Amino acid sequence: MGVIDDRFEKNILTTSVDTVFNWARRSSLWWLQFGLACCAIEMISASMPRFDLSERFGMLYRASPRQADLMIVAGTVTRKMAPVVRQLYDQMADPKWVVSMGSCANVGGPFDTYAVVQGVDQVVPVDVYVPGCPPLPESLYYGILELQNKVIKYETIAKKHGVDVADEDRINAREEAKLALGPRR
Amino acid sequence: MYEHLISSYIVGFIVLNVLLGLMAYMTWFERKVLARFQDRLGPTRTGPFGLLQPIADGVKLLSKEDIIPANADRLIFLVAPLISFVLAPLGAAVIPFGRSITLFGYNVDLYVTDLNIAALYVLALGSIGVYGIILGGYASGNRYSLLGALRSAAQVVSYEVVLGLSLVGVFILSGSLSLLQIVNEQSQSLSFGGLQVPNWYILSQPLAFALFLVAAVAETNRSPFDLPEAETELIGGFHTEYSGFRFSFFFLAEYINMIVVSLFASTLFLGGIDGPIADGVWWLVIKALIFLFFYVWLRATLPRFRYDQLMGLAWKVLMPLVFLNIALTGLIRLFGIGAI
Repeated sequence: MGVIDDRFEKNILTTSVDTVFNWARRSSLWWLQFGLACCAIEMISASMPRFDLSERFGMLYRASPRQADLMIVAGTVTRKMAPVVRQLYDQMADPKWVVSMGSCANVGGPFDTYAVVQGVDQVVPVDVYVPGCPPLPESLYYGILELQNKVIKYETIAKKHGVDVADEDRINAREEAKLALGPRR
Repeated sequence: MYEHLISSYIVGFIVLNVLLGLMAYMTWFERKVLARFQDRLGPTRTGPFGLLQPIADGVKLLSKEDIIPANADRLIFLVAPLISFVLAPLGAAVIPFGRSITLFGYNVDLYVTDLNIAALYVLALGSIGVYGIILGGYASGNRYSLLGALRSAAQVVSYEVVLGLSLVGVFILSGSLSLLQIVNEQSQSLSFGGLQVPNWYILSQPLAFALFLVAAVAETNRSPFDLPEAETELIGGFHTEYSGFRFSFFFLAEYINMIVVSLFASTLFLGGIDGPIADGVWWLVIKALIFLFFYVWLRATLPRFRYDQLMGLAWKVLMPLVFLNIALTGLIRLFGIGAI
């Protein structure tokens, strides 16, 4: 549990501080250098000169998960890779966000088999889903901009910490997404 | 006596703060210039021209979780970034930013202090600063960090010798280790017939300058010598396990080191505050900016050295050249050829 959980009420002071910090968080989302499959190629192309996604919005590639704020799960998450994805997520320092990129990471994509995790949200809590197979760099762009809109609303004092809470959040988010999607196939 | 001490403190305070501000904008400068080299735009969304980017990065790092790994050596892990960070700006204390001026009736020196072993002091600070990297890498309890730290130790030990010896030629010519004295020596102009040439040591010591430049890039762990933090091999090298503001201390130290080395190089070889018209700190700033641009240029151009190539370059190429330079300079000085 975090130190400041449930200690303060929301007031002008805490929300002003949140505004400043959220602006900073939004403007420097450093992302984890990490790609799983073909979506990673689109992710790389999004950060190359033609689109320059990474630098224009103040984002940087970091190789170490300790210094990253954002994990873009780009590609098929196999059962063998899932624990690694989870470990990388756990190694990242709070506050952290996850973008699930591409159909495979979102729902398993075409691979409805025993070897593929049917959606990375079974493993880590996902903030933004980017659809497409693979998504164009523009789609990733849009996903990142949506994430920035989400980050600016982040509430430090309302955020719960710890593995159990994160897992509960993840399960809730997944149930909500399921309801929104309707029955599958 | 006390007046002198107080003016030293005030100048030191200003220098330190300007250095920290410059360091923040050095990251912006690097990202922008690197982006232009790679045909990109660089930060544009955070403030006009991305000018607020360093502030956003700093505030974000401040608010990140501070992770201490379970198998880290706790005390050393916490102290190591501070060693790097505290020692980095101290080198600027001996750089002359101008000569004495009279302000409100007081005689104010535009440098913090004038040591008679100033050059040696800067080199010594460079060696001690490596302790931060080595201890940080060791204390993380992570093999990638340890490998990064060991690489850094070997690299700095090798290149420190080249760095120190490349300056011997300058000391032979100037007859002093005090940076103020060296600047004064360089501000005399030589005349060849009708041609007026400044006595800058880049003209009389070109080989030493080239060697110093190579060794200084290696000393500050910058690309193409950034093996201690080679992210393709070692994740983050010595700072793999550091998160949040502790990581940014290493980051700050690296950039401050770059700035201090640039100031040091422009003072030693390019005449420091000396310029064609109106001597002053602006010349020093312009010269230092050239060096900083050069750092970014190198990073945008050259791939990283392999480890054996790095050591081979230091001991097999630079070391003989540096001895050759000392011998030549000594002989010229002894027999008075050129009479510099």
